[in-house]
Amino acid sequence: MIKIENLHKSYPIGKDSLHVLKGLDLHIKEGEFVSIMGSSGSGKSTLLNIVGLLDTHDEGKYYLNGQLIKDLNEKKAAILRNKFLGFVFQSFNLISYKTALENVALPLYYKGMGRKERLKIALEYLEKVGLKDWAEHLPNELSGGQKQRVAIARALVTKPKVVLADEPTGALDSTTTDSVMDLLKEINDEGMTVFVITHEEEVAAQTKRIVRLRDGVIISDKLTQQAKAV
Amino acid sequence: MFDLDRWREIFQSINKNKLRSALSGFTVAFAILLFTLLFGIVSGLSNTFKDAFVDDAQNSMFVRVWRTTKPFKGLQKGRAIQLTNEEYNYVTDEYGKKIQFKTARIYKNFNIKYRNKANNYNVRAVHPDHQYLEKTKVYEGRYLIGRDLKEKAKVIVIGRLIKEDLFGERPALGKRLNVNGISYKIVGIYSDDGGDNEERIAYIPVTTAQMIYGNNDHISQIFLGYNPNLNLDQAVAFGNQLERDLRKKLDIHPDDQSALSVRNMAEANKNVGQFMGILYAIVILVGSGTLIAGIIGISNIMIFIIKERTKEFGIRKALGAKPSSIVAMVVQESILITTIAGYLGLSLGTYILSLIGDSLEDDYFIKDPSVSPTIVVGATIVLIIAGLIAGYLPAKKAANIKPIVALSAD
Repeated sequence: MIKIENLHKSYPIGKDSLHVLKGLDLHIKEGEFVSIMGSSGSGKSTLLNIVGLLDTHDEGKYYLNGQLIKDLNEKKAAILRNKFLGFVFQSFNLISYKTALENVALPLYYKGMGRKERLKIALEYLEKVGLKDWAEHLPNELSGGQKQRVAIARALVTKPKVVLADEPTGALDSTTTDSVMDLLKEINDEGMTVFVITHEEEVAAQTKRIVRLRDGVIISDKLTQQAKAV
Repeated sequence: MFDLDRWREIFQSINKNKLRSALSGFTVAFAILLFTLLFGIVSGLSNTFKDAFVDDAQNSMFVRVWRTTKPFKGLQKGRAIQLTNEEYNYVTDEYGKKIQFKTARIYKNFNIKYRNKANNYNVRAVHPDHQYLEKTKVYEGRYLIGRDLKEKAKVIVIGRLIKEDLFGERPALGKRLNVNGISYKIVGIYSDDGGDNEERIAYIPVTTAQMIYGNNDHISQIFLGYNPNLNLDQAVAFGNQLERDLRKKLDIHPDDQSALSVRNMAEANKNVGQFMGILYAIVILVGSGTLIAGIIGISNIMIFIIKERTKEFGIRKALGAKPSSIVAMVVQESILITTIAGYLGLSLGTYILSLIGDSLEDDYFIKDPSVSPTIVVGATIVLIIAGLIAGYLPAKKAANIKPIVALSAD
């Protein structure tokens, strides 16, 4: 599903440049539940941004769903993101003036789906994350956990190939963290590839494969107890 | 453009962000309002000026004489100048091609009587062309004609108010009036836009007057309408030439304005035209300034709005929005606000102008202030284009920011 070969990425800082990713190789197959662990500055967010087509890489090859990602313009990237990827952000990134239902339906709008149909589908997904009754509420009327579940519903609504979650529990307390992780597990059990970035061991432990990054290189790549249990 | 869903997005965005929409709208509405008022008031001024000259024909010229103020060719100053048929004929013979209408005028004031009602009225002895030069509208009977002059007929054309004074509601046409002891037959009744005084004048043939009152060939004034094919400069030149020629003919010092002068409407028209031209130039300058201020206002607000929404655009892009769809959304929103606000400003402006109406006519010379739809539509189009550019440039920039950068924006 995701195949990365010798991936490099640098950021210019003044006249110098900061080499963030130093030749990563990573292969994530369909249906995997992978977490990327690392302290801040390890390059994990950069990796997710590149995988999520939110940023470009400098060197190496990246295949998404078998397609080589190269020289994408914004328009093509937008189409691919809409088709293959669902995002869950640490800060939720819901649009503040839209209701939960409208937020979930937004990716379908960019897919070109009619209003009635997309609201119907969006409602189904809100039901799936247990927030059907909150459909008409604005984000600021929801708790952190609820917001993140709305965001997850929004990530899932286009039936993407991969769900990318950047510190999905970073802004949540432990109880809501568990409920969000349960939801991600559930999604993965249904066959969705889930790619989580975290610095919390407890969160990573709930995934099936942990990739550890340090200073832009992979230092370990192991299956967890969860995976063995299956 | 006619994507219902996009309009829904835009309306939601406007609706949920009332303050910023109102702010940008206000700028535009205010600019258009000022623009409308400015143009309206100047057009009101212009109307007043045009009206001031509506009474007499636009191409009229008067030859007037009085006393000499300068000695010339051994003649003392203070000599009274008298125009006669000779000058009248000279003018018409010499300048036939440059003249459209011509008439002499003899001023008299007579007591006019019908049965037991009598009053003093100005009486003018004229040629038939006088009708066109004074824009006299005969609504009953006829004006003086060539045959009246040839026959020195005792016929009279009276103004509407003379008829009312002497006859009231009763018919007057064909009746005989006693004018200073001599009986004239009423052949016509006229009205005139020049005001009440103009409708209390009676007209008789110039030849009749010359025969009856003095038995000479004197006339008081020569009244001409220059050929409308002449442009203003040519007409002014004609007037000056006529003045020179007549002074020479009557042995008047070439610079003696008092003895003989030609009052030429072409000069007045030229002056008014220049004045209005300058006024309009100022208005266009100030008006464009107002519009530019409005445009800068929208641009500033749009830049601010787009900065504020950068994160939202980042989210939308992460969810699959193409840059073009974001640009289109912002631009359409900008145009929509500009158009609605422009329309509001325009309506308010026209409403205020209609309230002002003619109330400022007497004190401020502003009559019927209004703006031509062309100017208003033009100004609105300028603002829409401005809204388009104001929205497009920053939106284009925002839409091309990498989503990762946009998402981290606050």
